Amino acid sequence: MTTNTAAGTATDLGQAPESGAPVRIQALSRSFGIVRALDGLSLDIAPGELVALLGPSGCGKTTALRIVAGFESADSGSVSVDGKDIAAVPAARRDMGMVFQSYSLFPNMTAQDNVGFGLRMRKLNSASRTKKAGELLEMVGLSAQARQYPHQLSGGQQQRVALARALAIEPRVLLLDEPLSALDAKVRLQLREQIKTLQQRLGTTTLFVTHDQEEALSMADRVGVMREGRLEQIATPSELYSRPASVFVAEFVGTMNRLPGEYAGLDEVSVLGAVVPVAGDRPSGLAGVVDVLVRPEGLTVDEVPSGNGIVTGLTFLGSLTRVSVRLSGDVEVKVDKPSTAAVGLVPGTSVQVSLAGAEPVLVATRT
Amino acid sequence: MAALATAVADAEAPAPQQAAGGRRTFPVWRWVIMLVAAAYFLIPLYSALRFAGFKAFTQVTSYPSFGTAFALSLRLAVIATVLTLVLMVPTTVYVYLRLPRIRRLLEAITILPIVIPPIVLIIGVLRLAPGFLKGTPNLLGLEYVVLAMPFAYRSLDAGLRSFDVKTLVEASNSLGAGWPTTLWRVVIPNLRTAMLSATVLTVALVLGEYTMASLDNFQTFPVWIVNFEQNSGPVSVAASLLALFVTWLLLMLIVTVGSRSSRKRGGAQVTLFSVSTATVGRTVGEPE
Repeated sequence: MTTNTAAGTATDLGQAPESGAPVRIQALSRSFGIVRALDGLSLDIAPGELVALLGPSGCGKTTALRIVAGFESADSGSVSVDGKDIAAVPAARRDMGMVFQSYSLFPNMTAQDNVGFGLRMRKLNSASRTKKAGELLEMVGLSAQARQYPHQLSGGQQQRVALARALAIEPRVLLLDEPLSALDAKVRLQLREQIKTLQQRLGTTTLFVTHDQEEALSMADRVGVMREGRLEQIATPSELYSRPASVFVAEFVGTMNRLPGEYAGLDEVSVLGAVVPVAGDRPSGLAGVVDVLVRPEGLTVDEVPSGNGIVTGLTFLGSLTRVSVRLSGDVEVKVDKPSTAAVGLVPGTSVQVSLAGAEPVLVATRT
Repeated sequence: MAALATAVADAEAPAPQQAAGGRRTFPVWRWVIMLVAAAYFLIPLYSALRFAGFKAFTQVTSYPSFGTAFALSLRLAVIATVLTLVLMVPTTVYVYLRLPRIRRLLEAITILPIVIPPIVLIIGVLRLAPGFLKGTPNLLGLEYVVLAMPFAYRSLDAGLRSFDVKTLVEASNSLGAGWPTTLWRVVIPNLRTAMLSATVLTVALVLGEYTMASLDNFQTFPVWIVNFEQNSGPVSVAASLLALFVTWLLLMLIVTVGSRSSRKRGGAQVTLFSVSTATVGRTVGEPE
């Protein structure tokens, strides 16, 4: 399940900038009391790659990040950077830049001194510290705020200073622990792009932890979906969306409909009057009546007198309109339709919902 | 239009009235409380001033023992404060970050000096103290460190709760700072206010402590005042007032110097009012 095609190509093509180091996480396990936070997590990050760990709270993603940072230790397994095991290296000597979820700037220092802190620890003299800190603050667009204290900065500005501070030490690995979750939506979007642009420009290997799928899908080269301390699937955002490896991933990433269906053969199910192949292996214990997973764009909806459903709501999304339909048997589904074609639909309209194609589908136990 | 304006005026009219009414009734209580509190503190001071008379103040300072007693108290205050901070700051931070489970235990331990009677403490200390400390004021300084522990611990603990120490320490570590540097450059600057209030409380405690000093046979300032009372009432009272004033001045100095930079950075401040009232209770209350 842990495929590393992206990792391979990045190195082969020689795109990896020099500053980025490869990171290999192998069979990492960690328990807190009876809670298994990590259960054999393995992950390879190519030099200069941005990998996001995505998962619900408690899936172990933060624990993984903290072990890489050196703030926690693993019960078993290893983390190596540049081919060297770093278990024995204290956090202070790992050369990892970290941006935290909460505002972690030192309140007693100006923005410039915050950015210069890591350089000071590396014994740079005051003049070169000021110069470097100035460059980094310019990079995040905060030159004018260099002499301000954290409490004088907005939340977004603080996180940008924190990013500049983490990058100032030219880290081998950049660790981002939900750095945007405390910000409001607009700032979050801007900062998302800024982080991505900077990361690509500097080519710093980056591990990014988030519970926000949109954030993960829009920023990462590859996204690892975590569940109960393990990687459920790691793939590029588009692959994750179009070919989810499991029901959990399918439902966690993007919007997914559950439609009642029934096995029509060994590898086929009938759903909405059509028979389609089942993707992947047949899950054990599944037979007869099942739920079939289909995305909103995998369905069509057409106005038909006495169809199989009734429109209950419409959400305008620009070029698309998401139509909510109640099917017989009280099943609610969402169907995407080009807005131009959805004009005639109003709540109460009788419609026919059917499959858009014959793509293989995922099936799950009926809930 | 006119009708609308009237309607708006009508609708708005009751609100200012209510507000004004609120402004009228609430401050009365505030003033009453202020006056009662002020009377409680100022009447004894005024009576003391009347009783002592102005002449007594000049007399006090002419006694050579006044200077020595006061110098001893100051010396003890410095010893106790420095030792308290040096011992308590790293301990509290370490327990807060690394051993959160024993925080309750530490809280219980630090309350002991208040629970155990001074006489018991003294006997214990005298039994355990190494020979070279016995009979020197340094021993008394160490005893004051113990006495100041409850106040220092609580100030520091409250200070640690006021910011995200864990994240700041981790940020500092990830940037390459080891423990001593993190403590010195990150934790302590942000604990400034808490350390300041610990200092103020320790100094106030030492400058007003009588029992330990007198049991240990040291002529600290409070002991000197009590001894003096037997010779001359007015002079002793004048000395108390002087002590109160000097202590207050000293604490004000500590607070002003200590919070100047924290004010610049928008940090919290120790207010003088709370400090000065605490001192009145200690310096005047205990020796008499």
